[in-house]
Amino acid sequence: MTGDYKKELKPAYTMLTIMEEAGRCLLCYDAPCTKSCPAGTDPAKFIRSVRFRNFKGAAETIRENNALGAVCARVCPTERYCEEACSRCGIDKPIDIAGIQRFVTDFEEKAGMKILEKGAANGKKIGIVGSGPSALQAAASLLAKGYEVDIFEKDAYAGGFLRTGIPEYRLPNRIVDVEVKRIADLGAKFNYNVNVDKAKLDELKAKYDAVLVAVGASEPGTLDMFAGNSYAVPAVSFLKEVKDKQGEVALPDSALVIGGGDSAMDAAATLKILGVSSVTCVTRKELSDFRASKEELETARQLGVTIIDGYAPLSVEGNTVVFKHRRLENELKLKADKIILAVGQHTTADKLGISVAKNEVSFDGYQADGKVFVTGDIAKGDKTVVYAVRKGKEAAAAIDSYLGGK
Amino acid sequence: MIKKDLSVEFLGVHFENPFCLSSSPVGNCYEMCAKCFDEGWGGIVFKTIGPKHFLIDEVSPRFDALTKEGTPFVGFKNMEQIAEHSLEQNLADIKKLKENYPDKVVIASIMGPTEEDWEELARLVTEAGADMIEMNLSCPQMTSHAMGSDVGTNPELCRAFCQAVKRGSKLPMMAKMTPNITDMVPVAKACLEGGADGIAAINTIKSICNVDLDRKIGLPIINGKSSISGYSGKAVKPVALRFIQQLRTGIKDVAISGIGGIETWEDAAEFILLGSTTLQITTAVMQYGYRIIDDLKSGLEYYMEEQGVDSLMDLIGVANDNLIPAEDLDRDYVVYPEFDTDKCIGCGRCYVSCFDGAHQAITFGEDRKPTCDHDKCVGCHLCALVCPVKAISKGEVVMKPGRKGTPAEKAI
Repeated sequence: MTGDYKKELKPAYTMLTIMEEAGRCLLCYDAPCTKSCPAGTDPAKFIRSVRFRNFKGAAETIRENNALGAVCARVCPTERYCEEACSRCGIDKPIDIAGIQRFVTDFEEKAGMKILEKGAANGKKIGIVGSGPSALQAAASLLAKGYEVDIFEKDAYAGGFLRTGIPEYRLPNRIVDVEVKRIADLGAKFNYNVNVDKAKLDELKAKYDAVLVAVGASEPGTLDMFAGNSYAVPAVSFLKEVKDKQGEVALPDSALVIGGGDSAMDAAATLKILGVSSVTCVTRKELSDFRASKEELETARQLGVTIIDGYAPLSVEGNTVVFKHRRLENELKLKADKIILAVGQHTTADKLGISVAKNEVSFDGYQADGKVFVTGDIAKGDKTVVYAVRKGKEAAAAIDSYLGGK
Repeated sequence: MIKKDLSVEFLGVHFENPFCLSSSPVGNCYEMCAKCFDEGWGGIVFKTIGPKHFLIDEVSPRFDALTKEGTPFVGFKNMEQIAEHSLEQNLADIKKLKENYPDKVVIASIMGPTEEDWEELARLVTEAGADMIEMNLSCPQMTSHAMGSDVGTNPELCRAFCQAVKRGSKLPMMAKMTPNITDMVPVAKACLEGGADGIAAINTIKSICNVDLDRKIGLPIINGKSSISGYSGKAVKPVALRFIQQLRTGIKDVAISGIGGIETWEDAAEFILLGSTTLQITTAVMQYGYRIIDDLKSGLEYYMEEQGVDSLMDLIGVANDNLIPAEDLDRDYVVYPEFDTDKCIGCGRCYVSCFDGAHQAITFGEDRKPTCDHDKCVGCHLCALVCPVKAISKGEVVMKPGRKGTPAEKAI
């Protein structure tokens, strides 16, 4: 079943079907979709370009604004942003803005377009710690302003959570690699397998005009009761292993996923796609206030994941977990070959001397201390990829402003 | 199931329904026409038969289509000339069709470069058993300028050829007009004077659909070149209806076989209301197949029921008198648009079009709802045309200052 894992779940538009979808767009005045993108993308403009068959112009609109346009097209929870705002909802269903963006960015790639530009060198150098979406966007924005950019990544590849946490069927590695290559082609230098600790950070501070810390929240969270439990594995570790091995992993006959966020849905859906017959997801939240995006939830359900909401784990013995309903007098005992813990992640940014609380910096904005800046999930604000892009742009602007705007 | 009488009498011939294949690739041999009859069409105009000495030599490829958004075949361009089978084969096919489908109407389309050819062809198709003759005076892509639309713009030549056909056959005969002309009426009149019993209109419009932007060649490309050729399909319907209306006003009660972009029963009804007795279709068949006949017939029958008519003949030409010269239209009043703000979904398209394409009368509020300033509004109703949810209708009617009459007496 690795074939299904490696194939994008959602089919791409063709030249004919894209025109049908773009033809559904009402071409609104003062378009609500455009006003609803956290990253400042202008869907109304690029859809209109598609409608008038200017695919290259459409690609330009997306790319100039968003260095991760092809990534966002696949993973942005558009249902909460542009597509929720879409006027077409007043008739039937919103325009598939993400799908159109994906078509356009695929077109951009096939056409070999090079839209991002490097600014005239200003002689200043920025070090970036981490290479997740926010770091990548910040790098593109800084390069556009003429900064030299060096990136330090702990893994052997760039992309952060995009490469490790989002399953291949939602976001192929190839797509991330293409986005990364665009930024490398602009001149960013990627240094892999570099672990940045406090000493290394001090070294970077001495060497660079500014250092941008974008380490994210990559450490898996756990629950005390599962300490030392050999059946339990954190969702992020599981997702990373599956993605690294492109689905070629040992599979259980049954699996229990604990958690209700996007990683829980991704882990559950991945298990199903790989062929695990029984996948049950138990979440403390009730479906009415579920954290995962509707699309993720829908995908998991369509794949046959059993979702039990409103139950929190009470105790565990070996591979048997007892859950208790949050509000009702009821307990549930479930046994599975494998237990996936999707109970959040936390950051290790505090070890770099950055003050964090609840996985977020304690200050507003992006400047931590002097020449140290932060972006990505540790900066204040939403933790979606589209917000990472927005923060990357804003952090780059903050650095530029700190360094004199030249 | 709806069952209304769709039969019509046209030039003395009975059609079980008005729908015919037009003379084109869709009626090119016995098997095609037989299938079309089996699926319920009333008649066929067999692909134009030329004289024995005129050799047909077609290009490859030979079609192109104009598209719009997700819509293929807004318009269709074709470069085929006339029937490529042998004269004997075509005549044998017509004979066999009549033998096996005696109740269906088989119309022979013919074309020749000389009066002798026209006369001979008319005689031959009559002998083969055709019910009716259509003179193709209008194909725009012939390799001979003695045939096709070059002939169809010359009234004298048309008259002479019609006379020749009448010498060769006593069958009812219609002359097929080219739209590549400013005024079709003089040619049609000449044909009728020459003996034609009715008019078929329109043939295709000379066109270039698309140009290959890399190779700088029109489409389709034939060894690096292309040619102007006939355009058909939905896009030509307005042009066809205009010519038919002009024929009906220029030649009282002229019998017409309407052609040009018919796809749906609604298109068909429009052609009938403007004076067509039979209807001919090709492009929609090329795109969707003969099966479109099911919905053409059923839709038209339901329309008859809604209109309370038992004979389709009662609808022919009913709309002709409602098209009058522009100078005769009532210019005494303005109808203001009325906005249904509950239906409105706040897209702002009316605002954009009113400002950029009309009279800046609409303002778009913070609440994303339009309001109309009657001091600026001229009642053009462009806003209603662009509204995607039909939330804009005809509202208050106001007489222009100093004009006679009252709004109540106007048929809005």
